[in-house]
Amino acid sequence: MNGTLKLAFKLLVNDKGKYAALLVGIMFAVFLMVQMTSIFSGILAKSSSTVINLGAQVWVMDPAVNNVANSIPMPDYVLDAVRSINGVKYAVPLYSGGALVKLRSGVFQSVTVLGLDDNSLFGRPELIAGKIEDIYAENAFIAVQDAEIRKLGDIRLGTDFELNDHRGVIVGIAKVTASGLFGIPTLYTTYSRAIQYIPSTRFTISYILVEPKNDDAILHIQEQVKRLGYQALTKEEFMQKIANYYKYQTGLGTNIFIMTIVSFLVGLSISGQTFYTFILENLEKFGALKAIGAKGRELVYMILFQATFTALVGYGLGVGLCTLIITAAKLKVPDYSANITFTTLAFAFVMVLIIAAISSYIGIRKVLKIEPFDIFRG
Amino acid sequence: MNSAVSAHELIKWFGEGDAKTFAVSGVSFEANFGEIFFIVGPSGSGKTTLLSMISGILRPNSGTVAIDSVEIWKLNPDRIAEFRLNKVGFVFQDYHLFPRLTTAENVAIPLILKKHDWDESIREAVGYLEIVGLKNKAELPPVKLSGGEQQRVAIARALVSKPDILIFDEPTASLDGDTGRRIMDFVKTEVLNDKRCILIVTHDSRIFEFADRIMTMEDGKIVGIENRRDGAE
Repeated sequence: MNGTLKLAFKLLVNDKGKYAALLVGIMFAVFLMVQMTSIFSGILAKSSSTVINLGAQVWVMDPAVNNVANSIPMPDYVLDAVRSINGVKYAVPLYSGGALVKLRSGVFQSVTVLGLDDNSLFGRPELIAGKIEDIYAENAFIAVQDAEIRKLGDIRLGTDFELNDHRGVIVGIAKVTASGLFGIPTLYTTYSRAIQYIPSTRFTISYILVEPKNDDAILHIQEQVKRLGYQALTKEEFMQKIANYYKYQTGLGTNIFIMTIVSFLVGLSISGQTFYTFILENLEKFGALKAIGAKGRELVYMILFQATFTALVGYGLGVGLCTLIITAAKLKVPDYSANITFTTLAFAFVMVLIIAAISSYIGIRKVLKIEPFDIFRG
Repeated sequence: MNSAVSAHELIKWFGEGDAKTFAVSGVSFEANFGEIFFIVGPSGSGKTTLLSMISGILRPNSGTVAIDSVEIWKLNPDRIAEFRLNKVGFVFQDYHLFPRLTTAENVAIPLILKKHDWDESIREAVGYLEIVGLKNKAELPPVKLSGGEQQRVAIARALVSKPDILIFDEPTASLDGDTGRRIMDFVKTEVLNDKRCILIVTHDSRIFEFADRIMTMEDGKIVGIENRRDGAE
């Protein structure tokens, strides 16, 4: 390490009290920012769980749909029309809706029912118990093994329940990539059974899942679907639409944003104030360094190094603390929705750099203003 | 032989208009290598301002300062800083030692600023601490040292870059009489040599006996220079 920077390092870390206060300030700011944004990211991921789990490349829906749970049924002719579009390899209907099941214990439990296309079972989940072809058996349903499955009681192959005066039987247990947001269990069955068992409106297709012949065909499919008065979105576009809904059309995004800004301001004020005090206490010493022969830019490098070093260590500690808390929370609360993403980390990193920049700017201004002559004058 | 310090018609004022105050008015003098040159006078007489202009810290409004024949105020700010680092050693009144560094690290600061290797700088600093009799305190922070010891650390820091000019600002102001005399004895016998000039600003008449020449200032002007070796000039 360069001698001047080593000097800066020692001046910083040897002042243990202030260094600890700086680290704690930045660590908690990072912790809060990462925690807030991770929770939001987790919520967004869960809100798109059906889109992720079914894996269709293109989703056709009513343009007014803003999240996957609130589908608007489409007439059957839309399915035929979509199938006839050039570039469509195949298109299948999907039923997605809520239902109330009566368990053996007599308890009523809300569930999400996904009705897969009878012929292709497109979007079927990976089973960890049972066989997929059993879904064609009488009254067959597949339960999803996620944090919510316990709400269906002691569920196993053969467990039965009642759904709208129909008997339902669990023939398979599936695992999925993402669990749902609303804390209710998910059941898979066939499309035809879903619309038969669950009271429906005149139209029954919630979504049409489309497999394009190739990526180039997607744009054409989207244009043609638009002409029909409906909307075709790629998986990513649909997830983004859902995310936008939660971000901008519910209070969730705004509240998380406010909390993140508050975390940033708390971190900034703690570390800025502490760093400023640190500089003030060493101001005469910096003046003495100037008198001895240190150039202004060398002092600037020293302060920038101190601020950056503190910020990076604080960032590491904050991310570590957040990871620890989220991991512990997920062990205790299996459905805990928080994902630390690269975007979250990058966001927190940028915010920490801003904290470091503002803190060091205040210090640099002070240090550049101090005149060695003032040291002589006392 | 060149003068160590040559000041010619130095003028410095502060403020403008009605608030304009002359801190130094047309001061000229020379100090030589191998001498201890005292600048004395009452508070507000311009001693510190003069010292700051001589050491390249405060730009005069007019006049010239030459250190070993180099006119320092013709250099750009970076070169002046380098000049201070290489040619001038400072012992500040309050020492300005870094409490969070060890004594050896404090002494090594000028070498570190000169981009010397850290370990080598510390080794050299310990050598200078040995000269000032504090080698055994090299690893201690300055706050664990007495006032006299801190003064000697400050002297070691001023010496470590082997400067031609040493500037002491009120070196005995914070010390008792005995310690002050011991420090000045040390300066006279161990620090002064034929290639070095020592400028001392002081109020303390108890140490005047260590001066080769004493320049007295009042109201920013020289009122007399007394030669303590050969009688009054």
